[in-house]
Amino acid sequence: MLGVGIIRGLIETGRNFAGSYVRSERLTTVQYPEARLAPLENARTIPFLVYDGEDPVQGLRCTACTICEQECPARCIHIVKDTAKKPDYVGKMQLQPAVFDIDISVCMGCGICVEVCPFDSIQMDLVFNLTATDRFAALLLHKERLAKSNAYFNQIHPKKSSGIDAHRAEEKSKAEAKARAAAAATTAKPPPTSAATCGAGK
Amino acid sequence: MLNDLSFYALAALAVAAAVAAMTLRQLIHCALCAAGAFAGLAGIYFQLGAEFVGAAQVLVYVGAVAILIIFAVLLTRGGDVQLSARRFSTHWLAGVAVSILVLGSLAVPIFKSPSLRALAPAGVSASVKNIGYELMSGCVVPLEATGLLLTAALLGSVVIAMSEKPAARPRRDVNTPRRPELEEATHP
Amino acid sequence: MNALDQVFVNLQGWLVGLAPAGLRALAAMVLIIAGLMAVFGSCFALTTVMERKALGRMQNRYGPNRVGPCGLFQPLADAVKMLIKEDVVPFSADRVVHFLAPLVLTVPIWLAFSLLPFGRNMTAVNLDAGVLVFFAIGSASELAVFMAGWSSQNKYSLIGAMRAIAQMISYEVPLVLSVVPVVMLAGALSLEQIVQAQAGYAFGFLPRWNVLTPWGMVGLGLFLTAATAESNRSPFDLPEGESEIIAGYLTEYSGFKYALFFLGEYLGLFAITGLAVTLFLGGWQAPLPWLAWLPSWFWFALKFAALMAVFIWVRGALPRLRLDQRLNFSWKFLVPLALVNILAAALWHLSRQWNPIFAAAGARWLLGLAIIFPTYVWLGRTVNPLFVPVREYSYAE
Repeated sequence: MLGVGIIRGLIETGRNFAGSYVRSERLTTVQYPEARLAPLENARTIPFLVYDGEDPVQGLRCTACTICEQECPARCIHIVKDTAKKPDYVGKMQLQPAVFDIDISVCMGCGICVEVCPFDSIQMDLVFNLTATDRFAALLLHKERLAKSNAYFNQIHPKKSSGIDAHRAEEKSKAEAKARAAAAATTAKPPPTSAATCGAGK
Repeated sequence: MLNDLSFYALAALAVAAAVAAMTLRQLIHCALCAAGAFAGLAGIYFQLGAEFVGAAQVLVYVGAVAILIIFAVLLTRGGDVQLSARRFSTHWLAGVAVSILVLGSLAVPIFKSPSLRALAPAGVSASVKNIGYELMSGCVVPLEATGLLLTAALLGSVVIAMSEKPAARPRRDVNTPRRPELEEATHP
Repeated sequence: MNALDQVFVNLQGWLVGLAPAGLRALAAMVLIIAGLMAVFGSCFALTTVMERKALGRMQNRYGPNRVGPCGLFQPLADAVKMLIKEDVVPFSADRVVHFLAPLVLTVPIWLAFSLLPFGRNMTAVNLDAGVLVFFAIGSASELAVFMAGWSSQNKYSLIGAMRAIAQMISYEVPLVLSVVPVVMLAGALSLEQIVQAQAGYAFGFLPRWNVLTPWGMVGLGLFLTAATAESNRSPFDLPEGESEIIAGYLTEYSGFKYALFFLGEYLGLFAITGLAVTLFLGGWQAPLPWLAWLPSWFWFALKFAALMAVFIWVRGALPRLRLDQRLNFSWKFLVPLALVNILAAALWHLSRQWNPIFAAAGARWLLGLAIIFPTYVWLGRTVNPLFVPVREYSYAE
């Protein structure tokens, strides 16, 4: 009969209206910026550099291998290697970047730099409020702004970071076991006169 | 005093709108000014206390006849035609003479007619109820005749505006499957 | 509570008494005009924000809630926005007509408010032919729609204006026809008398409003349907949401002129809602005799708000109809139903003098429903092309 559909529509919208005051599933708006939606695991915007521990310079995982700079399709990464070396998490001495710039007005967020990094040092961030009043200089992010802690990485991408942390812990324990075995072997034999291998880590 | 003022204002509006309807270049402007003249007349009816007539004037003239005129102008492409540059013809003296003659022949009988001097019958107001009674008792034949005329006009306009029916072909229902052998039988 | 009931009348009387003797009539008129403009202007502001909030809730979201407490100052923000916008008039547009169109729309509607009885003794102008003058004023605003569409010199505006006028003219007929039974049974065109004819309570508690009769229910439904079409509201909205013809006749309007169109449209809605309350819902009368201590203007405002809520609800629930569907609906469904409604109302009135048992036992109700309901079902089924039979697909399995 004519009118039945109209009545059904009115009832449904009436239920929506009344239900929006009592139930949350009838009012699904999240009022930004007071409330935010929970970040999704695979969400990404621009890259950032991970550092372990507290010191963003000492703990920076990046070794300036420049693979990401070469693989980036937009050519937005600029790296200048530093002459000083520092030890990484297994104790091996690695290079470090003196300059690491990403031009985020060019970066398209494809994540290729993350896929090719051998050291899990560059990951995708979730920040989206990146507006600036300067079109050029303010959108060229430097190493200091790009370096964020591993704790932050755990927060935004828990699954991926826990996988990486587990892998790194395994590698580190293997390296320590090897170093302990090497140290035990050297104390058993007379000390060799050849140059020592890279000093045992902690 | 307020009465006189309102009458002069409404009369000025009606006359000015009528003059504008005659003299403006664009035909649509003339039609809109004609609607303004109708509205001015309606105002005068209201001012005289004839509410029913005033309301009917607005409802019929401004609400329907003006729109009809505008539709007619638009649909017959009269709106595109610009009036010629010479708006006043060369024989304006003859025109003035004829209009004075017409005005005189209308004004003299009106001023001489006895109904101007007749007072309204006492105790009878022009309320809607009385108008209704009068229509239904005294003027019922003109009322019904007008109704018939309007119905005839409505039917006539529907007939004129109705599109020609295409020649009757048997229409195939798209939901039933085609049966070629039957189709040959119905389409010789 | 007579003092509270007549508080506005007494206030006006006191203020007029302060004026010098010669200007008393003028002062009374000016006070009424100022009062109406203040009340309905703020009503317009409140309605825009409450409508947006209510529509938002119906659509599982918040409405505006940033400006002011619960977003109630949003109309101020909208007003500032409209006022500071640049007034763009196309080069080839007809400037005079383009300027006058919003005025011709808005000004007659203020006239319509002067006819409505807002409470006991609270009618601004008590005309004898009130209903007719109301409809006359409504029909005068159609010219403004055409002026707006034509003066923009834009083919989309012109087509939109023609469609709008076609719709408004088509829906005037069921609007007026649905009011004919009310006038017939009240015996007067004056709005005050129609309200008085709905006074009293049957069986001591049931109000004698027109909506509580079979023809009155259908009449109110018809009236509200035609009213949504007359004021161009969804599901009949032409310029308000016309994404298929840009903005219809409002395309070339910006800034304050657009705001005036908006204002005129909402004021038309308020006027027609006020008329619906007066004609069908008993005007300013209380629904139950022991609630009559509340002021009459409060009851008018409450019923008015209820009808506005219904309008907003219908807007949130129903999709837009296509123009040919709308016109078919008006001419082929609403007009015959309105005519049958008149017949039912006439029988309702005459059956009062028939056998008293028949009259008292609710049989008059049955008679009215027996006339209207089958007509409604039949019209809905056979005449209305909106009703599409279920298709059977032979090949799609």
